[in-house]
Amino acid sequence: MHPFSYEKVTNEHEALERARLGKATFVAGGTTLVDLMKLNVEVPTALVDINGLPLNQIEDRSDGSIRIGALVRNGDLAHDSRIQSRYRVLSQAILAGASAQLRNMATTGGNLMQRTRCYYFRDPVYPCNKRQPGAGCAAMDGYNRIHAILGASDTCIATHPSDMAVALVALDASVHIRAANGERVVPIMEFHLLPGDTPDRETVIRPGELITYVTLPSGPFGPRSAYVKLRDRASYEFALASAAVALQLEGTTVRSARVALGGVATKPWRALEAEQVLTGAAANKATFLNAADAALTGAVPRRHNAYKIELAKRAVVRALADALTH
Amino acid sequence: MSITPIDRLEFIRITAAATSVRKDTKSGVSVAPSASVTRALALRVNGEAVRLDVDTRVTLLDALREQLQLFGTKKGCDHGQCGACTVHVNGRRVLSCLTLAVMHDDDDIITVEGLERNGVLHPVQEAFIEHDAFQCGYCTAGQIMSAAALLNEPCGPSDDDVREQMSGNLCRCGAYPNIVAAIQSARGRA
Repeated sequence: MHPFSYEKVTNEHEALERARLGKATFVAGGTTLVDLMKLNVEVPTALVDINGLPLNQIEDRSDGSIRIGALVRNGDLAHDSRIQSRYRVLSQAILAGASAQLRNMATTGGNLMQRTRCYYFRDPVYPCNKRQPGAGCAAMDGYNRIHAILGASDTCIATHPSDMAVALVALDASVHIRAANGERVVPIMEFHLLPGDTPDRETVIRPGELITYVTLPSGPFGPRSAYVKLRDRASYEFALASAAVALQLEGTTVRSARVALGGVATKPWRALEAEQVLTGAAANKATFLNAADAALTGAVPRRHNAYKIELAKRAVVRALADALTH
Repeated sequence: MSITPIDRLEFIRITAAATSVRKDTKSGVSVAPSASVTRALALRVNGEAVRLDVDTRVTLLDALREQLQLFGTKKGCDHGQCGACTVHVNGRRVLSCLTLAVMHDDDDIITVEGLERNGVLHPVQEAFIEHDAFQCGYCTAGQIMSAAALLNEPCGPSDDDVREQMSGNLCRCGAYPNIVAAIQSARGRA
């Protein structure tokens, strides 16, 4: 690991000042950052520890929304009774990710900022456009069983690893971002970027900006939401395919729906085509199968990952069935 | 001629440093010119106040093992994938290999050495012995620290619930059945 300076800040102003003055990297849980620093994939010269900022509350707002501080630990968020009852899919998604130890460390903001990554990105022996723009991609013709079938480009096919973010997409969450010169609010769908020609840029966050909160709107879905994650092991493994869904019913008809996919795309993926199929249709298995087909119409498999198309469809159907009967 | 003896740990330290230099050269990553940065820390480890000077790059795991000589906490993968390094920070289980020591000024750390009280083993330690919940023992400290924390966490009643909550602790000997039995016994569910 290369030498770096370290400073712990206790308020937002101080954090933003440090970031404005120098090339500082914020650290919260550190679970991805420290791992990648050991591999010389991340080489920060100045760490600013933000764990002392007062951003660790989950608050009810007067408009029915919930505001989650960026430093709320993933485990605390998943076990919060309001999240469990009103945003079931979010609690399920978080608990499907990582391990109890990592969920005690990882934060809400840090989860969104974790690198989109694959094994070639983590190993500096291989070329990677994300690590070194223009170097090439070892995954394209390498072993790409875990890679993306949606949202890929000629430069990168790594999948976004978060479970939490997939649920946030299904819940229309917003990300609050502070900079020295003000605040902006970004819909979660626009927070992560497609790789395109710049796979090294993964989010809309600019140098010097800090995530402060994530808000969940009251929304029409209530408890009728679900997360299904399919992977090589029963636990403690990244998704090969996952689905976060939310349903609003009128009798037996779907009035509105959200379908988001994880493990198959270069960013937390919203399947608008599937939502269109569901809206106004009868809430039954035939509809769910059609919605799953629609969700994967744009899928482009590589040599080893064509199986993900069927796997993702099954995740969508199972998640919708679970949300319906819950 | 005098020979300076080096112990095993010193040897590992030297070899690790040499290896990392070689790696840097190979991957072509330019080495930052700045020298190492050291910070003073005051924390509590197993109930005792401790003062440490640490390089900012040192993980909590390495500070515990190499500076405080607390070798109970094990280094398995060193990348957050195996759970052997699990310790409690302010009452919660975390992976000491994925957190920097410098981030723990003023924190309360408990390692497997600090789990017993006045010579009496923690109920989870007793249960591990009673159920023979280990073979080679390398993952055991991490398993025990995870299980001790689990007793105070939300966790359903079944063996599957325990397996899910313990999935961050790998055991390559495959002692899982006895580990689950030991934990259920310590929870009073055996």
